[in-house]
Amino acid sequence: MKARRRRIRFAWDALGLLIFVVLAFPVFWMVSSAFKPDEELNGATPTWFSLHPTISHFRDAINRPFFWDGIKNSLIVVSVTVALAMVLAFLAAIALAKFRFGGRKAFIVLIIGIQMLPQAGLIIPLYVVLARYHQVNALSGVIVTYMTFVLPFSVWTLRGFLLGIPKDLEEAAMVDGSTRVGSFCRILLPLVAPGLVATSIFAFITTWNEYIFARVLLNDQSKQTATVWLSYFTGTSRNTDWGGLMAGSTLIAIPVIVFFLLVQRKISFGLTAGAVRG
Amino acid sequence: MTSSEIPSGTAYAAEAALRPRRRRPFTFARLLRGAAPYLLILPVVATIVAILGYPLYHLAQLSFQKYGLFELIAHHGTSVGWANYSSILHDHVFWDVLVRTVVFTVVNVGLTIGIGTLLALLLTKVSTIVRVLLTAGLVLAWSMPPVVAVQVWTWMTDPQNGIFNYVLTKLHVGDYSQHDWLATPFSQLSLTTSLVVWGAIPFVVVTVYAGLSQVSHELVEAAEIDGARPWRVFKDVTFPIVKPIFLILTSLSIIWDFGIFTQPFLLIDQTRINTSNELMGIYLYEEGYVKTDFGRGAAISILMLLIVAVLSIVYVRRMVRMGDEAA
Repeated sequence: MKARRRRIRFAWDALGLLIFVVLAFPVFWMVSSAFKPDEELNGATPTWFSLHPTISHFRDAINRPFFWDGIKNSLIVVSVTVALAMVLAFLAAIALAKFRFGGRKAFIVLIIGIQMLPQAGLIIPLYVVLARYHQVNALSGVIVTYMTFVLPFSVWTLRGFLLGIPKDLEEAAMVDGSTRVGSFCRILLPLVAPGLVATSIFAFITTWNEYIFARVLLNDQSKQTATVWLSYFTGTSRNTDWGGLMAGSTLIAIPVIVFFLLVQRKISFGLTAGAVRG
Repeated sequence: MTSSEIPSGTAYAAEAALRPRRRRPFTFARLLRGAAPYLLILPVVATIVAILGYPLYHLAQLSFQKYGLFELIAHHGTSVGWANYSSILHDHVFWDVLVRTVVFTVVNVGLTIGIGTLLALLLTKVSTIVRVLLTAGLVLAWSMPPVVAVQVWTWMTDPQNGIFNYVLTKLHVGDYSQHDWLATPFSQLSLTTSLVVWGAIPFVVVTVYAGLSQVSHELVEAAEIDGARPWRVFKDVTFPIVKPIFLILTSLSIIWDFGIFTQPFLLIDQTRINTSNELMGIYLYEEGYVKTDFGRGAAISILMLLIVAVLSIVYVRRMVRMGDEAA
């Protein structure tokens, strides 16, 4: 009986390992290809690891036209969007977590509903309206667009974090004679800081990964974001620089993977994680 | 609805522990209290109305207008009544695209939820080391930006030097050297499916696994002692407990996959995108934006938004009920 149970456990483990390989392989292959010399990439027999790794592909990738423009634009768009969104979303989250008020339900419907809108369906209205206000081909147009996607899930997530703060702590502060604003600054803010960081990271990932609107709203290559830069990498030529492409992909994926690992434990609550999906 | 029905996590667990509200003792806020929540939500509401509400209103207008490049520059369209809608509804391409998108959605959601659930169950069976590894693999797949994942897929399926063809040939699945994975619409959409499902599974596994860990061992063991087979245990004991989670996951997946754009748009070579492989999002992009027929594109957008709105009713209602519980 015991031996049988052990065999079953072993079979499950073997299956688990196989699935791990399938899941992780594309990521492994991206990184491993990025370090391979061209003759290994184009050879008849692929190698798993290169015994002669090279960083020349990374050099090529960052020296390609508009790489640094893309990174710079992405960083501008991401930081402005996240900073603005966090301030606005935090205020609304306080309203949702700490107050009852008429129209509260309508507000919840609004922020949940917005997240369901298919982005493709919004290309045309946003393009036409932003064109009217000369916000096409401007980072500001992309920033305001991203705000509408980041705000709803930030409000929802921050509300969750605020609810997680024990009421006693807040009340204890008030008994000590501090005002509501005072208790907010001294008690609430430090407690909710981890939540703010986690939500900011989610917002960072969403914004960094975004593709459709950056592609549609930014025409100049010097204005495009990192993901759009990467999507144009292959170009139209038949001879793709696979090593360079994988090096560029790795560079753009790294910040996301690192941040993702940081907030991984907080991911399991539903919608937030959903928002991270492209 | 109790917190056990919600995808787990500290934030939601805390909601259950929430205490009844007490009257606050201080007076300073009394005057402000009524206005405070509205002032707090005002910035968010104003932003959303300005950047989303107005364009959506404009979208509805556009869909009844002839609005091309000329009109875009002139800032003025000419009204054409229902012409855009009737031209779309009488266009067999639209119906082809709709059917294709529905089939694509059903297949992708089915595979995502099915495989995701099986993997979540597998996570409960394996030893700790394998579980940690598997979780790491899931997080890696999850964290890949879609645009990056598309490029990796393109490289892996390259006819010349792609690892797919090499491995399949080596495993004697057939002669796949030089096999072009983007040769037919079916093949193109299958490849897209593999990419989408790979990227979507982790969210499902982690959420379902969190739900499964709320199912008590005693209950499962009792059923097993009574002689229930694994399938029966899952169907009659485990599933009813995690059912609300499935409801949320399925409706979210349907909405996402129906509106998918980036993956098929980039994976299927631009030169090969045509009416035989377009999904709704891409069809709309090509008809409205690429052909600069914004009026027609607006009508397609409205139709698409209506379809998704109907699809998301279940989800939104559930989330709203959840959000209404606290505070």
